[in-house]
Amino acid sequence: MNPVNYLYLSALLFTIGATGVLIRRNAIVVFMCIELMLNACNLAFVTFSRMHGNLDGQVIAFFTMVVAAAEVVVGLAIIVSLFRSRHSASVDDASLMKL
Amino acid sequence: MSAQFAAAYSTSTGEAFQFWILGTVAVIGALSTVLMKRAVHSALSLAGTMIILAVFYLANGAYFLGIVQIVVYTGAIMMLFLFVVMLVGVTAADSLTETIKGQRWLALLCGLGFGVLLFAGIGNASLTQFDGLGTANANGNVEGLAALIFTKYVFAFEITGALLITAAVGAMVLTHRERTERPKTQRELSEQRVRDGKHLPPLPAPGVYARHNAVDVQGLLPDGTPSELTVSKTLRDRGQIRDVSSEALNDLRALEQRAEERLERTEIAPANLKRTEEASK
Repeated sequence: MNPVNYLYLSALLFTIGATGVLIRRNAIVVFMCIELMLNACNLAFVTFSRMHGNLDGQVIAFFTMVVAAAEVVVGLAIIVSLFRSRHSASVDDASLMKL
Repeated sequence: MSAQFAAAYSTSTGEAFQFWILGTVAVIGALSTVLMKRAVHSALSLAGTMIILAVFYLANGAYFLGIVQIVVYTGAIMMLFLFVVMLVGVTAADSLTETIKGQRWLALLCGLGFGVLLFAGIGNASLTQFDGLGTANANGNVEGLAALIFTKYVFAFEITGALLITAAVGAMVLTHRERTERPKTQRELSEQRVRDGKHLPPLPAPGVYARHNAVDVQGLLPDGTPSELTVSKTLRDRGQIRDVSSEALNDLRALEQRAEERLERTEIAPANLKRTEEASK
């Protein structure tokens, strides 16, 4: 097996995540799909790192993880405050900037 | 062809076996993340997919990232997700009505096209040979990463620290609520109730039938219709009210029917009695 298969898997996971973002309406599930896409990218980075024989790809994947952690904190805070004001976590209900 | 040269073209059979088994499970987990109706099930599927990705990182020679993936992603981030899911309401299922007509099929089409593009791009690249991390990991994976992070990427690393602090402050600002007005005292609230002239006494209690006096069951008015006022506002907002009024009415109907049957029997009994009386005359 060639490590290219990891890239195919990563592309498949990214596609599933992107489709999920388009299809689902629950803000939390949309957020989980974004996490799935970030993870797929990380897998591609790690695989490229192995194919090229240096560790730069792994460093980029590490930074992606840090950014993902920061993004989750802010995103979940937004979802919680949205739920507080609208009593719903559906992205359809958040059609106005103001309540 | 030497063994080392052959290793640069393909991985070991064990890794291929692991890839096909775990890769299938990862794709199934990703699909169920998207397709599961409840957010809790989606979160658990995603956690499974992330653990499998951690195994793949380890297989690809990224030992540090594999452990970080398990500790940070499945340990911290997914638990944060579950925490928010529990906070926002576990039972709130996604509404499945389409607000834009045909949006779901268009989204699927877009996803399919995107996937085809990605796969074609990877397929067209000539990636038959790979170097492997043997030389890069010679002094240890963590040491190699540390050397890169603290020399070549040190500026990005410091920016990351600023990003984390900003995110923490941002989350606190977003979820913290400042009181803009003085909270009303109990006296002011009672005066307002009298002035508005509705619900002067305390609100009625939930559930009036002994079998269903749980807090999420509405109390019934004299005509058998449920009263919303009897259930706490939080449960009303979440839509977590159990409606048992039809059940109670059915019970009542069954009770009446049984009573009628018994009454018929008692009606027959006096008739027999009368007949015996007539016979005795």
